[in-house]
Amino acid sequence: MSLRSSDGGPAAGPPAAGAPVGRTADRRLVPRKRKNFLGRQPLGLLFSAPYVIYVLAVLAYPLGYAVYISFHDFFFTAPRVKVDRPFVGLDNYIAVLSDPAVQRSFANIGVFLVINVPLTVGLSLVLANALNRVTKLRTFFRVSYYVPYVTASVAVVGVWLFLFQQNGLVNALLGPLAPDPSWLTNSWLAMPTVALYVTWKQLGFFILLYLAALQNIPDELYESASVDGGNKWVQFWNITVPGVRSASVLVTLLATITGANLFTEPYLLTGGGGPDGASTSPVFLMYQKGILQGNPDVAAALGVVLVIGVLLIALIQKRLVGGKED
Amino acid sequence: MSVIDAATAANNENGKNDDAGRPGALPPGHGGSTVEKRRNLGIGSFVLLAVGAFVFLFPFYYMFIGSLQTSPDTSVAGAFPNPANLTGENYANINASVDLLKGLVNSGIFTGGVILFTVVFGLLVGYALAQMHFRGKGFVFGMMLLVQMIPFQLLLIPLYVMIVRDYGLADSYIGMILPFAINSTAVFVFRQYFMQLPSTLFEAARIDGASELRILWQIAIPLVRPAIVTAILLTFIGPWNEFLWPFLVTKDSSIQPLAVSLANYISNVAATASNPFGAILAGACVLAAPAIALFIFFQRQFISTNIGSSVKG
Repeated sequence: MSLRSSDGGPAAGPPAAGAPVGRTADRRLVPRKRKNFLGRQPLGLLFSAPYVIYVLAVLAYPLGYAVYISFHDFFFTAPRVKVDRPFVGLDNYIAVLSDPAVQRSFANIGVFLVINVPLTVGLSLVLANALNRVTKLRTFFRVSYYVPYVTASVAVVGVWLFLFQQNGLVNALLGPLAPDPSWLTNSWLAMPTVALYVTWKQLGFFILLYLAALQNIPDELYESASVDGGNKWVQFWNITVPGVRSASVLVTLLATITGANLFTEPYLLTGGGGPDGASTSPVFLMYQKGILQGNPDVAAALGVVLVIGVLLIALIQKRLVGGKED
Repeated sequence: MSVIDAATAANNENGKNDDAGRPGALPPGHGGSTVEKRRNLGIGSFVLLAVGAFVFLFPFYYMFIGSLQTSPDTSVAGAFPNPANLTGENYANINASVDLLKGLVNSGIFTGGVILFTVVFGLLVGYALAQMHFRGKGFVFGMMLLVQMIPFQLLLIPLYVMIVRDYGLADSYIGMILPFAINSTAVFVFRQYFMQLPSTLFEAARIDGASELRILWQIAIPLVRPAIVTAILLTFIGPWNEFLWPFLVTKDSSIQPLAVSLANYISNVAATASNPFGAILAGACVLAAPAIALFIFFQRQFISTNIGSSVKG
């Protein structure tokens, strides 16, 4: 098929440049008459082809490859070197699940999620609700909330390191209340500080999501509630919160995925997952085991375990947050 | 002429969405009391938002002030600029360790490449899904929905094996761009916008003998310009801020995006510098400035409805 037109005939010319009216009327019948096996505009296939080929080559194939790697004794070789990569069954999975560092990293993600998800949902809903009510300086507020989201994490990590270091501004403000050892080198506080950082960084995006959901709640609901004497708390709990439930499902899911993908923040904020593994994330271990230590098979198995974990958490969250609607 | 009608319709649609005053959009005779109510409720909300804005913006202010200080002053007074302690030296220092201009150019090539592929292929498939009838359309659409659920953790190792080990694309722009080159979110945005256009418009052009590519280029794309801006903004954030993948793919500092070279500076070199935080913050300002400037300039296009429709589908 040529790119220009389905039959390469007169239709390929400039559209109707001086074409007599009668011919135009004739041509109208053409698409209806020809029952094309590929549909009325088979060129759609050609238009979709780059996308489909890309998805198959760069997403679908590696997905299968990841599972393949995780079941074999896989190691790096020079390009095009044929080596034997025996099937090892669940060996890599057993290695992953029995590794204390891996168990620790999953516990760390648990701590992260317990802090990050409720904070994200609560703060972004409250701020979005406030943003929806205020008319003055709206644009300024909206922009200030998404500035951290659009800025590179590496850049804002710089200023957080500066703020939360041993004698940084935060500790200067806290005075004797400052934790010792300080935030990012404290094995109890390292992960919560990372969770706080990520909440702050991503909140703007979730505020925008909730803002979109709030637009769909009809104003009549608020009106009738205020006629019935419901104060703004009653309105918030009985109209706003249920009204944005589907957005809440999405926000919890996306926040969970962010947590499971955690790498940059613990890597840079806590010098690669310290102190003593207190802020190591599973993705950091994938990098360490797979690429630094040359065990891509174990790392791939870790990836599969992590994704299964995310799916389980997502299912539980959907049950909890989704409630009756689904 | 239907083209013009559709154009104005599309423009109104997108112009109005951005209108901040949601209560103002209510039909007349219906909104009066609600607007009053909202205003009264506004004061508490306003204070809350102001506190929030301070928490969100202060680190950026502090980043900028810190990048200009000769010696880091971490007391509360250090948050206010002291002319005696101000210098541009930190920028010179970080530039000596990390070639800032080259880093920015590399970030720009990486981001630009991703945006180019995303927009070109996204427009093609988005238009096909919205306005063309062809066999396999349902399959392509289903694929688009599934793709958004593929987690990157699963792809990390196989993509590294394929791109770096098998194809030898380490330390190349194409190796950096490849995993991000098509963004299903952008496809979704394009499809949504193309769906809003009346299909009669396209039928008429087909009857007049225009080829599909010509229809896309001369009729459809000019009508969905706001979608292109939205898609560019949504796509920009990913590669400009991406750290992990270019970090894995590039070992040669002459090809590293600024985020990677700055991160390497933070984790390796900083300990040996005389005023490490000054230099880190100076680099951070250089990395942050283009993105912030872009989003402030295009803030009208980066709004809740766009985000909502692109994520929720």
